[in-house]
Amino acid sequence: MDRNHLLAMLRDMLRARAFEEAAAQSYAQGDIAGFLHLYPGEEAVAVGVLHASEPGDYIVSTYREHVHALVRGIPARALMAELFGKKTGVSSGLGGSMHLFDRERRFLGGYAIVGETFPIALGAAYAVAYRRLPEAVICFFGDGAVNQGTFHESLNMAALWKLPIFFVCENNHYQIGTEIHRHSALTDVYKRACAYGIPAEQVDGMDVLAVHGAAQRALDRVRSGDGPQFLELTTYRYRGHSMADPGTYRPAAELKAYEAADPIAAAIHEFSFQYPSGQLPQDCLQRFTEHCCTAGQVDEAAIARLRQEVQAEMDDARQFAKESPAPSLEDAWAALTRNHRLEILMEGVGA
Amino acid sequence: MSEWLYWQALNRALDAELAADDSVFTLGEDVGLYGGTYRVTEGLLAKYGEWRVRDTPISENSFTGLGVGAAMLGLRPVVEIMTVNFALLAMDAIVNMAAKIPFMSGGQFPMGLTLRMPGGVAKQLGAQHSQRLEAMFMGVPGLRMVVPSTPQDAYWQLRQAIRSDDPVIVLEHELLYFSKGEVDEGASAPPIHQALLRREGRDLTCIAYSRMVQLTLLAAEELAKEGIEMAVIDLRSLSPIDWKTCADSVNSTHRCLIVEEDCQFAGAGAELAATLQEQCFYLLDAPIGRVAGLPIPTPFNGDLEAASIPRVEDIVQAARKQLGQSKGVSR
Ligand SMILES: Cc1ncc(C[n+]2csc(CCOP(=O)(O)OP(=O)(O)O)c2C)c(N)n1
Ligand SMILES: [Mg+2]
Repeated sequence: MDRNHLLAMLRDMLRARAFEEAAAQSYAQGDIAGFLHLYPGEEAVAVGVLHASEPGDYIVSTYREHVHALVRGIPARALMAELFGKKTGVSSGLGGSMHLFDRERRFLGGYAIVGETFPIALGAAYAVAYRRLPEAVICFFGDGAVNQGTFHESLNMAALWKLPIFFVCENNHYQIGTEIHRHSALTDVYKRACAYGIPAEQVDGMDVLAVHGAAQRALDRVRSGDGPQFLELTTYRYRGHSMADPGTYRPAAELKAYEAADPIAAAIHEFSFQYPSGQLPQDCLQRFTEHCCTAGQVDEAAIARLRQEVQAEMDDARQFAKESPAPSLEDAWAALTRNHRLEILMEGVGA
Repeated sequence: MSEWLYWQALNRALDAELAADDSVFTLGEDVGLYGGTYRVTEGLLAKYGEWRVRDTPISENSFTGLGVGAAMLGLRPVVEIMTVNFALLAMDAIVNMAAKIPFMSGGQFPMGLTLRMPGGVAKQLGAQHSQRLEAMFMGVPGLRMVVPSTPQDAYWQLRQAIRSDDPVIVLEHELLYFSKGEVDEGASAPPIHQALLRREGRDLTCIAYSRMVQLTLLAAEELAKEGIEMAVIDLRSLSPIDWKTCADSVNSTHRCLIVEEDCQFAGAGAELAATLQEQCFYLLDAPIGRVAGLPIPTPFNGDLEAASIPRVEDIVQAARKQLGQSKGVSR
């Protein structure tokens, strides 16, 4: 992987963290209301997967989707404005944090009902296959979603008709406060895919390069017509389930251990050969591969510069969101009736 | 102009749209090889192939959701849910997805999804297979629902539903599939939601939809023998409702009777009565009446089943009562 791509991934990981922390601040200040599900800790998943995607691919995500949208290329301003419920938001202020949509960028939405991303991805992939296009549909979901009926229904149909779907499980080991051992009989999520004959793999979701490599391989297979592929990425969220959740059900030692494996610190480390290795977490050392070491060439000054740039971007997004106008009730009606045609839908049916 | 059965009209409508537009496809349980539970998709698999006429596993929520996802990409899926009772397993896809996505996205996505579902009380199918769930769907902003009562309407409305960029439920009645009627394929279609005055009458207005229109027309004939002239409006669409056609008639007859096969409590008739009394209050000579299904699960026993939904004589009696209650009746 060339240096520019590594830098782009690192930049996106830093942007992801900065965006979420900026959103948390705005929430604390009362500028964002409602549910707000943040992503810190899981950045390597979205960044690794989406950096392996093409502009022609479709993305379907959950309510924890700010970072997927950001990495997909939706401007931070439009995302932050949506979190604020403003007209300039990517969903015109009518969707909110959990419902980010961008048709142009093929971002098919964030869904707040657990298990909905499967059938949406199924339909998008059906349309892609129907038109015989070399595109893929990337379907994100959590470890908690795999116990919904739609998971099994949709995996079955995806495999049956060889649809171009890349199923990506973000296994952060919790469904709100219920740990995976307490919600799933089988805690290796990827093993479930074999029930439908879908090739599946489990990869360390704290290691962005490992994620990227696995995603690339899977997407290549999807695009070459091999049918659906499945990737389980083991990861961890540092914050509570949402801003309303202090997350006290998790042992402090567990959180600490995962924080030591911070995917961003790991990425910085992996991309750099100048960091003294003694200061870095053990597991990151293990990821220190020859390839990244020589290809990375990121130094502290460059990282500091990056951090400054992304902070400025997120400060600007917050200010933009704050100053943006609210949508009007007319805007809401217009969105509801955009597809509405009360007039005759056909002139003379024989025609 | 030719005589078709209701299922044939639906079949030809679907065939015509499949032929006219590559983005139309249909899916559902046994719609392909088997030809559809009520023959609506007969012959289409052979003609259009499996990508356009797709047999699905028994996974209502996900294959309906498949329709939603495909519609977001601009296709026009026609999802057949074997009967309305099974739509309960797809409520997430219908209510949380199809009805919400165009709005929640700020109007970015089209939703050219058609949901065909047979429903209503048929012949002793038991409580789980005899539901009429239209009131449930009526309460969902973002959905449209048509309820054709004749082959002609079935033909027009299905074709229009497929062309609509809004999600449309086509609620077909299981006892209507083998009813016959004239269909003019060439005539221009009225707006999909427009109600139709099927019979003129000066004494009262009876509003019905789906199979109940046929019963109401029979009741009107009975009443005519007694000199009571009952106007009959076929709603044809339950969402939206063509209030003007209803109110114009009620304002001229001053009396209104609503007939629905669904349970009376919180049913379609409740919405009709509430809105029409707002619109017609000062011209009404009697409280708006309702004839409706009983609020019980449909009994299996044939006599009880028949008694649980409106019969022609129930409508006749209710109409007489309307006229008896009113002041100034001169007959
Ligand atoms: C059908 C449904 N049931 C319950 C909820 C409430 N809920 C929201 S998120 C969540 C946990 C989901 O966990 P997981 O799929 O692992 O995703 P994560 O939040 O960990 O990213 C639950 C139970 C919901 N939104 N939808
Ligand atoms: Mg989880």
